[in-house]
Amino acid sequence: MIRRSRSLAAQVAGALLQSLRDLAPIVVVIAVFQLLVLREPIADLASLLIGIGMVVLGLTLFVQGLNLGLFPLGEGMAWGLAHQGSLFWLLAFAFGLGFGTTVAEPALIAVADEAAAVAADGGMIATGAAAQEAYALGLRLTVAAAVGVALLVGVLRILRGWPIQYLIIGGYAGVVLMTALAPAEIVGIAYDSGGVTTSTITVPLVTALGVGLATSIEGRNPLVDGFGLIAFASLTPMIFVMVYGMLI
Amino acid sequence: MFADTPCAIDTLVPICATLDDVLPILAVLVGFQVLVLRRPLANPRRILLGFGMVLLGLAFFMQGLETALFPLGRLMAVQLTAPEFVGAAGGGAVAGAPDWRAYGWVYLFAFAIGFATTIAEPSLIAVAIKANRASAGTIGTTGLRVAVALGVGVGITLGAFRIVTGTPLHWYIITGYVFVLLQTAFAPKPIIALAYDSGGVTTSTVTVPLVAALGLGLSSSIPDRNPLLDGFGLIAFASLFPIMSVLGYAQLTALVARGRREQDRTGN
Repeated sequence: MIRRSRSLAAQVAGALLQSLRDLAPIVVVIAVFQLLVLREPIADLASLLIGIGMVVLGLTLFVQGLNLGLFPLGEGMAWGLAHQGSLFWLLAFAFGLGFGTTVAEPALIAVADEAAAVAADGGMIATGAAAQEAYALGLRLTVAAAVGVALLVGVLRILRGWPIQYLIIGGYAGVVLMTALAPAEIVGIAYDSGGVTTSTITVPLVTALGVGLATSIEGRNPLVDGFGLIAFASLTPMIFVMVYGMLI
Repeated sequence: MFADTPCAIDTLVPICATLDDVLPILAVLVGFQVLVLRRPLANPRRILLGFGMVLLGLAFFMQGLETALFPLGRLMAVQLTAPEFVGAAGGGAVAGAPDWRAYGWVYLFAFAIGFATTIAEPSLIAVAIKANRASAGTIGTTGLRVAVALGVGVGITLGAFRIVTGTPLHWYIITGYVFVLLQTAFAPKPIIALAYDSGGVTTSTVTVPLVAALGLGLSSSIPDRNPLLDGFGLIAFASLFPIMSVLGYAQLTALVARGRREQDRTGN
């Protein structure tokens, strides 16, 4: 794994340089707009530089950690579950992973709270902290269940080798249908809830799981069959949230 | 879980907060490993080290963004959408709400920030590494990331235009999905799943905070827009357009390859 020909220092420098390259566009955009378009000086250059240094260090650690920890972990579990031969436990794992990673997601908590405020404003639920909290919690559980179901169905798809587009087309049809039926206030929140469910730790794990499964099962192609779990996981919450909006 | 107990280190780098987010994931993974697979992990030390690096990296990454880039980006979104700035850029002397053409800098900012944040998005880097390996190197990590970033840039720009003009969100989204379906019918089969996944990964740690600030700034500075209703929805654009751009990228690559083959044939 570690190439002896390259010294550790050179590897670390290379990894840091790669992160710096990844971040350069943001720094350039913000600098250009701040200095040339808005024509305002940068208020606190020192803290800006420290912040950028932290971002570079953080991104480097993250990418190295992916290869050391998250990818082997996801693949190892996919391999283990595929070879254990129990469909029930494989599907239970998929649902648990989806539900568990989503229910505590901070972005989702923020969206759920905001959605509760919108709902109270629109008179859909009673105004008051208790009613709003219950609504927000219900929304979070709904989205988490939606992601769990998505991974469950997505894993089943990898096992059976169904083409991804049928699932996605079916899902979109569901979204369009629900958009017509659901109250207008919930539509924007529903569309956004699909985007907030895929956190930075979930994505590598779920991708490794999918690719690992597709690699372990004979007749499946890691590229054709291994991807698609995330797409489905960002689609089902839209449908589930609009159903939730109709029921409440 | 750690929210009630004070966590001294969190004032510097939010390690405890990151750990909080990860605990449910860890619980599921460890639970299944111990109870269902009943098999020790291969190389547990390395995996633990990697997990720790991911956590620490993410904590540093978020803290750095929060101290350096997000405040500036948010402030910028507010300043660029402020009526005074838009009025000045549009030549001034406009009574009432400025016309959609007055928001030129906003569209440019929307495109640039959408593109730039996507290039730095850690989950996209992860998916690109996996896609590169799964395709045995035929899908380049940089090519995929640039295609996705272009898609996000265009999507956010169109989303900003929608907020300015006040047209209904679902017409854009439905049209977009129909377009994606048409592309799916014609695109090379191996890319389809990956293209759909690219839509989901773009909206995570880096893009969402800045894009949400832009949406909120726009909808609160334009008269007759409800920030709560119109501010939402930019994210939906950011996850729809990368699908198109990645499918388009694959179609283009296939087209070029076919053209080259035909050229070879006529040449011989």
